[in-house]
Amino acid sequence: MRISIDTDRCIGSAQCAVSVPFVFEQDDDGFSTVIAGREDGAGHPMVREAVRACPVQAITLAETQEA
Amino acid sequence: MTDTLDAPKTLADGAEDAPAYPIQRKCPYQMPPGYEGLREKGPISRVTLWNGRVAWLVTGNELGRKLFPDARLSSDVLDPNFPLLAPRIEAQRQQAAAPPLVGVDDPVHARQRRMVLPSFGVRQVNALRPVIQQYADDLLDKMLAGGPGRTVDLLTEYALPMPSAVICQLLGVPYEDHHYFDERSRHVLSSSGPEQAAQAQQAFTEILAYLDDLISRKQAEPGDTLLDELIARQLEDGKVDRNELAMIATVLLVSGHETTSNMIALSTMALLAHPEQMEALRADESLMPRAVDELMRYASIGDMLMRVAKEDIEVEGHVIKAGDGVILSTMLMNRDAQSFEKADDLDIFRPSGRHVAFGYGIHQCIGQNLARAEMEIALATLLRRVPSLRLAVPADQVPVNAPFVLQGVSELPVTW
Repeated sequence: MRISIDTDRCIGSAQCAVSVPFVFEQDDDGFSTVIAGREDGAGHPMVREAVRACPVQAITLAETQEA
Repeated sequence: MTDTLDAPKTLADGAEDAPAYPIQRKCPYQMPPGYEGLREKGPISRVTLWNGRVAWLVTGNELGRKLFPDARLSSDVLDPNFPLLAPRIEAQRQQAAAPPLVGVDDPVHARQRRMVLPSFGVRQVNALRPVIQQYADDLLDKMLAGGPGRTVDLLTEYALPMPSAVICQLLGVPYEDHHYFDERSRHVLSSSGPEQAAQAQQAFTEILAYLDDLISRKQAEPGDTLLDELIARQLEDGKVDRNELAMIATVLLVSGHETTSNMIALSTMALLAHPEQMEALRADESLMPRAVDELMRYASIGDMLMRVAKEDIEVEGHVIKAGDGVILSTMLMNRDAQSFEKADDLDIFRPSGRHVAFGYGIHQCIGQNLARAEMEIALATLLRRVPSLRLAVPADQVPVNAPFVLQGVSELPVTW
């Protein structure tokens, strides 16, 4: 799984950073970013909930093939 | 062609069956009478507004979550077809420019939101927590100093001044002036009764004039608050004009007052009516963030969010036509049994919700992290320090706000 955030869509509601602070954070402009090294969601079960909580659907998950 | 069951319905169909809307709440945190019927008709039905106009009412959680982010639904209050819930708002609309952030669409909205966004981030809000705690303690010190047995208005003694002080601090508004805009904020968002139609507009204009003057004072003597930053980074670079900046500051100041204060008051009432859940919270403050989330869902104080369709939208066998008014009822979306088990019950142990009490889509409340922090601290401190708190009047005698404004109470008499 690979998480990406569409920064043009992001409105900085921080729902992702609040629900999964281990994976998402906010930059100085207030927009959400994925913490470096945790683009795979680090196996966190709440990542899918963060996708759903995003009010503008700025977060997408790409399924990646397991090796 | 004859009507078929499959023909999509428009506003013209069944307008005679469209009940009057909005409806006054009897209990400030419960569904008003008539909502049960609207919920049964869901996820979308028709209602009749004060001026005889029929509008769509969205009541289903899933449908609403699809429609909130739909760019074909506009928040532009200056659009002549924008649905208005009361004559008062019509008067306001004719006089004023569109309120920044809340009454405009992208790209104007995005530009304004980006300007103020950094100040409402999680880190910035967390840095404010000790300040919020101090305000909560100071206000309770004062309230409790008179001793037990007295009746006080929790709204004016605690629930209102706390968020007022916080938003003043964040914006850089001198708190010694707070009486000036505390009262006026209430008129803007929560004044009841037809005689106050003009009062709301006047209050907004007066707060705007105050902030315009404050901008001048800050230009002469800069500080390090949000307003100072906006002056330095946006106004003086010509990215925003003075009037727009004063309007943005006014919207933030007013929104920062009434919303959280009503939620603190209604949460207190709701918890007093559910003593076992209040005890659980008192025993374990770590439950507070989830409890606040549930209280937001349960009370849904910003119940009616209005939009106007810019294009035809087909949903659930209906066609929302361009120019139709659409009202998204956050309370009905939050009390949708498809999305929430025992949706009408307060349950602070409910798993993290998918409620829309802060709205959804690009206009989702920019202050929600601040609001959550304020509510968590206000409620935890109140429960901790006033264990014998109770209402001083029967719950059904607490005065409830008019239906077309922010839901809440105009006073909350308590004793301990």
